[in-house]
Amino acid sequence: MTLDSKLSILADAAKYDASCASSGTTKRNSREGGIGSTTGAGICHSYTPDGRCVSLLKILLTNYCIYDCLYCINRASSGVQRARFTVEEVVNLTLDFYRRNYIEGLFLSSGIIRNPDYTMESVVEVARRLRVDHGFRGYIHLKTIPEASPALIAEAGRWADRLSINVELATQPDLDRLAPEKNLQRIETSMGAIKGRIDEFKTERKKFSNAPPFAPAGQSTQMIVGATGATDSAILNQASHLYGKHRLRRVYYSAFSPIPDASNKLPLASPPMVREHRLYQADWLLRFYGFQVSELAGETAPNLDLAVDPKMAWALRNPAEFPVNINRAPRETLLRVPGLGVRNVDRILAIRRWHRLRVDDLVRLRVSLKKTLPFIEVADHRPSLIGPALPAPAPFKLKQMDLFGPPVSVASGQL
Amino acid sequence: MITLTVPPTFAGWRSAARKALQEGIPPGEILWEEAGGDAPLLDLFTLEPALPASIQSPVRVPPAFMELAKRVACHRAPTRWAILYRALWRITHGEPHLLDVFVDSDVHQLMGMDKAVRRDVHKMRAFVRFREVTHPEGVWSVAWFEPAHLIVELNASFFVDRFAGMRWSILTPDRCVHWDGESLGFSPGVDRSAAPGEDAVEDLWRTYYSHIFNPARVKIHAMQAEMPKHYWKNLPEAALIPDLLRAAPGRVAEMLSRSLIKSAPAESRETIISEVADWESLKESASTCQACPLYKNATQTVFGEGPRSARIVLLGEQPGDQEDIQGRPFVGPAGQLLDRALTEAGIDRKECYVTNSVKHFKWEPRGKRRIHEKPNKTEVSACKPWWKAELALVRPSVLICLGATAAQTVFDRDVRVLAERGTVVETVHAAKTLITVHPSSLLRISDPEQREHAYRRFVEDLTLVL
Repeated sequence: MTLDSKLSILADAAKYDASCASSGTTKRNSREGGIGSTTGAGICHSYTPDGRCVSLLKILLTNYCIYDCLYCINRASSGVQRARFTVEEVVNLTLDFYRRNYIEGLFLSSGIIRNPDYTMESVVEVARRLRVDHGFRGYIHLKTIPEASPALIAEAGRWADRLSINVELATQPDLDRLAPEKNLQRIETSMGAIKGRIDEFKTERKKFSNAPPFAPAGQSTQMIVGATGATDSAILNQASHLYGKHRLRRVYYSAFSPIPDASNKLPLASPPMVREHRLYQADWLLRFYGFQVSELAGETAPNLDLAVDPKMAWALRNPAEFPVNINRAPRETLLRVPGLGVRNVDRILAIRRWHRLRVDDLVRLRVSLKKTLPFIEVADHRPSLIGPALPAPAPFKLKQMDLFGPPVSVASGQL
Repeated sequence: MITLTVPPTFAGWRSAARKALQEGIPPGEILWEEAGGDAPLLDLFTLEPALPASIQSPVRVPPAFMELAKRVACHRAPTRWAILYRALWRITHGEPHLLDVFVDSDVHQLMGMDKAVRRDVHKMRAFVRFREVTHPEGVWSVAWFEPAHLIVELNASFFVDRFAGMRWSILTPDRCVHWDGESLGFSPGVDRSAAPGEDAVEDLWRTYYSHIFNPARVKIHAMQAEMPKHYWKNLPEAALIPDLLRAAPGRVAEMLSRSLIKSAPAESRETIISEVADWESLKESASTCQACPLYKNATQTVFGEGPRSARIVLLGEQPGDQEDIQGRPFVGPAGQLLDRALTEAGIDRKECYVTNSVKHFKWEPRGKRRIHEKPNKTEVSACKPWWKAELALVRPSVLICLGATAAQTVFDRDVRVLAERGTVVETVHAAKTLITVHPSSLLRISDPEQREHAYRRFVEDLTLVL
């Protein structure tokens, strides 16, 4: 099989992993030797017509797999064409692409061949050769196999910027049904071990600037949405747990499309793409806006509203928190106003030390007035139709219809 | 009014601005002009006799402003020098906090220019594509890039950091930058023809690009927001975009037929079908469907038709003789009856999306005629992903199930149409889902009075969703 055909098959097999991030690692350059650099910020070197960014060479070492996870395209029982790269081929491909400035680095994953250790060894060997033999300073993301031995995971972290283990499903009963080889406890044990080593590296780095690195861009995971009955609340609680306990940098959500006639273990209804989008929005609210999972998806409404973004939905449920005075409210309150992002909140805080903000100022900050005005007071505006007496402000109803509006966008998840 | 002619660089502006500030010349009295191209630098102030040569203490400004000014100086707008000086004046005349006030008109303009320059710097880092050429000293990597602003110097150190061990040049129309492995050099801009035309690895890169792209989820606007068209001509992979888009429906169809023929549970049909994001690809894919044996005897797949923004979707059973030949749903006798009933109910068929539960005509020969045969459960469920995908695209508020086959496939249970007709319920497919009879059932009633009565009830049912 030619290199070109292998690349076709193993790129096809890799595209279902959502992550393509190349950010958040230590700063490196090649002035002292080797090739490559990282600045901390990621770079998207291209975009495909599906709107996705191409930052890393994202491939599988092989798509042969002994596991049979029902949702996976590469599972043992799947009929897809199989291929396998040699370690040398991946190393050369990465360097050839990198030298021409096509990519920021490599995201290498693999189907499980023979056994977890054998597979992990090959994956680690690619990274080791890039770093040691070629002095590669670019970004490396390695998919980690939780069942692999701790020594191999330690070595993976030595060469990689980021490690990831996909949780795939939020709860163990779901895993038991759809991915019988996967064990949540084992996954978490691995994550915990990785976190321990990352912490160790951070402490060492403070004392010795030349301490050997360990996954400086941290670890991430991916969860499939809609393959089981797991609610948004369960998914977000799991994400929040992983962020808190294992200090994950990112949790990726991937909408699943079901297989109705193949297995009665899978659901019939396809989750709308917009659900994935809402989960990402909620994820941001948890990490950067000071929200708790229970405020976004609680016991009474365990799923996020598909028609309205989660912050707006929270604001509509809590009219007593509004209106917020833009010129006086503290940062954490401003962050809860629909339509205000972190950047604009910080700009508002800087501006209001010098003058009181007016509606025109918000326009210049490109704040969506339609979204925001019903919830705020500024020097020349007070909302007339919102208050504890009016649960849903009249001006907003229009907006709500608007959000229901273009049907295709809701179907495709493009917002 | 004083005219200051400065070389269009940060250093040129800074030395002129520093002197003007020391002389206490307010911004309103200076006209900033750029010295042309590579003209020799003049000692500007000797040309301006209006300036008294008094010397004051050095100017102190926040470092953040100087960083901002360095980037804004790379913007192409000729107005940048005057705005920079006005901001500098205000910062040194009682408004040291000026940069905090993002909504101030001067700050807002500077921030806008800064953003444009930073974006351009970022895009250059992303979209430079090196091509390797042989050189007496070994391999030399050469790229051609057309920056929107004057950023070549600003960006040079990034490329040195990254490719310090290589020898490379980035050619642009404004300025070229060269790295020989040890030192950085700049030269005047060149024409595109000076850059190499190809590189052998680009074929592999294009293979990767076309395979990491998912043809079932075309989102061209999302791509263009980040990779605007004017960059395409210098990106080897971008030449593929028109072909990828054109081939996308066919590729989806091929993926489908492959998985259909194998009937492996793996690349499940519904998984793929539900990912097809546009109607044309969906229709194209359905035209090759072999998920059940009905394709063998039918003329063609009869896909749904009607506006994609339709409020109402009508779902029938399967195409008939006429539909099979014409390739359009509900054009035979039952279709004509349906049109009449819709009009009487006050519904315009042109505003409805009309489709069938099964997309191929199932028939048995009787003499010279092809007689309709009811599709069985396997056939109905094999066809289910298609109408589900159609509904997912149209997202109607009303779904009308015409007859038992449609009602059963929608509700996933046995439905007795005569008992349940005229009920409107909410389903995952539409807020109002109505069950009623199939118009062909009316055609089968021989008694004219009974037929008329049945027709009236049919029209009544249709009015329920108005």
